[in-house]
Amino acid sequence: MSSSLLECTGLDKRFGGVLALAEVGFSINRGEIYGLIGPNGAGKTTLFNTLTGIYACDAGGFSFAGEPLAGLRPDQIAARGIARTFQNIRLFGNLSALDNVMIGRHVRTRAGVFGAILRTRATLEEEAAIEKRALELLAYVGIAARANDVARQLPYGDQRRLEIARALATEPKLLALDEPAAGMNATETLELKKLLERVRADGTTILLIEHDMKLVMGLCDRVLVLDYGRRIAAGPPREVQRDPRVIEAYLGAAAA
Amino acid sequence: MSISSHARAKWIGVALIAIALIGLPFALASAGTAWVRIANLAILFVFLSLGLNIVVGFAGLLDLGYIAFYAVGAYAYALLASPHFGLHLPFWVILPIGALVACLFGVLLGAPTLKLRGDYLAIVTLGFGEIVRIFLNNLSRPVNITNGPQGISRIDPFSFGSFSFSQNETVFGLAFSGPIKYYYILLALLLLAIVVNLRLQHSRIGRAWEAIREDEVAARAMGIDTTRIKLLAFAMGASFGGIAGGMFAAIQGFISPESFVLVESIMVLSMVVLGGMGNVWGVVLGAVLLSFVPELLRYTVEPLQQSLFGTSIIEPEVIRMLLFGLALVLMMLYRPAGLLPSAVRKRELAKAAA
Repeated sequence: MSSSLLECTGLDKRFGGVLALAEVGFSINRGEIYGLIGPNGAGKTTLFNTLTGIYACDAGGFSFAGEPLAGLRPDQIAARGIARTFQNIRLFGNLSALDNVMIGRHVRTRAGVFGAILRTRATLEEEAAIEKRALELLAYVGIAARANDVARQLPYGDQRRLEIARALATEPKLLALDEPAAGMNATETLELKKLLERVRADGTTILLIEHDMKLVMGLCDRVLVLDYGRRIAAGPPREVQRDPRVIEAYLGAAAA
Repeated sequence: MSISSHARAKWIGVALIAIALIGLPFALASAGTAWVRIANLAILFVFLSLGLNIVVGFAGLLDLGYIAFYAVGAYAYALLASPHFGLHLPFWVILPIGALVACLFGVLLGAPTLKLRGDYLAIVTLGFGEIVRIFLNNLSRPVNITNGPQGISRIDPFSFGSFSFSQNETVFGLAFSGPIKYYYILLALLLLAIVVNLRLQHSRIGRAWEAIREDEVAARAMGIDTTRIKLLAFAMGASFGGIAGGMFAAIQGFISPESFVLVESIMVLSMVVLGGMGNVWGVVLGAVLLSFVPELLRYTVEPLQQSLFGTSIIEPEVIRMLLFGLALVLMMLYRPAGLLPSAVRKRELAKAAA
């Protein structure tokens, strides 16, 4: 088995005349935390949306665990093992935290209409298992006490955690996080870092978009830098940090 | 201690309601058989509302053509159990067929409208309802399938062998008229429908519907096949309509396209909205109220005017629409989420208003 989990080659994404992604290629190894950084508008979220099937790419493609995934629907990609969170949190806001995570179990469970109507033993057992797993995941991300609270009314940091729990409920091989630390204070960010390290230690690979450079540098094994839809650098954080093109992209040519 | 007494109170309540429901037709019959018929129609409308509640309340897909499925079920029954084609299949065979055909129509409507939301979906479903009615009106030539605007008459009543639901019978000194017998079978089917609704709501599929209603993009990203789950909502809702339609055809003995006009769709939707979208008990309450109150008016307004003024100044139908409008305005002001709203729906509406 190769150590590479996600292979992405020559990915193009065009919006009208704008080339939002241009020949982006990279690969993520199993078990690593892979950072995706770049200035605002660099194409990070576009890349996320392409990898999770929300956008169809115009050229190139990507394969996940050896299987080409470009062109599949978001739900098919989630079923293959990529789960994500959203930059602007997209929880099921009016449902309880527990319901949110239970919905995440949908893709790994089976019960259909007839099972539900007849309440067969298999369905009841599955329901119990779904709830048990959801409660475990809420405890895992540290918001077990909030299980019955309405998602929209949770504090901001807890909403971010809940989104991670919901994504983990789909049993992903790759967890893709779009700015999970945005809007968090230093303590919350530190706790997030611990959580992500634990997720990785438990065997889930992580792809992380983040603007908090301290977090990226402290957490990521490797980093990909995008600017204007192009890959301008990639490698371990320490090297990337010193790359003149990266400094130019962030601070302007004079600084480099 | 308090829990057991609470549970006991609940069971006593359930028992009282059951006794009331069982005794109801005899109380109504003493006021006239017409009232038993009204009760039967009310049950049919509760049944319809529960079906529409799956589409509108659970999955959040606005459907203004729901009565089309009722029509499909009614015509499926009428064509398979009337002299029109000379077919006389038993009702327990036709009702499932009607449900299946309606279900097929549900998918037929659902498939092209999957990408539509809100207003756009409402318009297309409204058109669909009209198309079905117009087809029924015109499918009498060149081959006479639906008998056009004349409708289909002499539809078979429900029957088991020689036991027919349309005849009068006396058991233990109690007179069971046709409508009373239908009442019990309708009530039994309704209880079944309520159980199905409640169980669907609290299931994996019910949660998927909720997720789609809340945020379709997030639902897809969480691995929910929104296409399949939405079609499932349309199909389930349509089957309820199909079964109700079959029962309607059997009870009335006569159906024509006139019974399936747009106003009926709007009526069923009003029942769902008035009662409380997404809450099964709210929907039941809404449907019962909107079925009975207009009839009550019909029987009270006319005599009241006669006794007061010696003549009828305003027709009951006009007063009915007037009060209906007033009720909707009051509801928007004071209970926008319905009389018995579901907790989740209440939050959604509060958010939309803020």
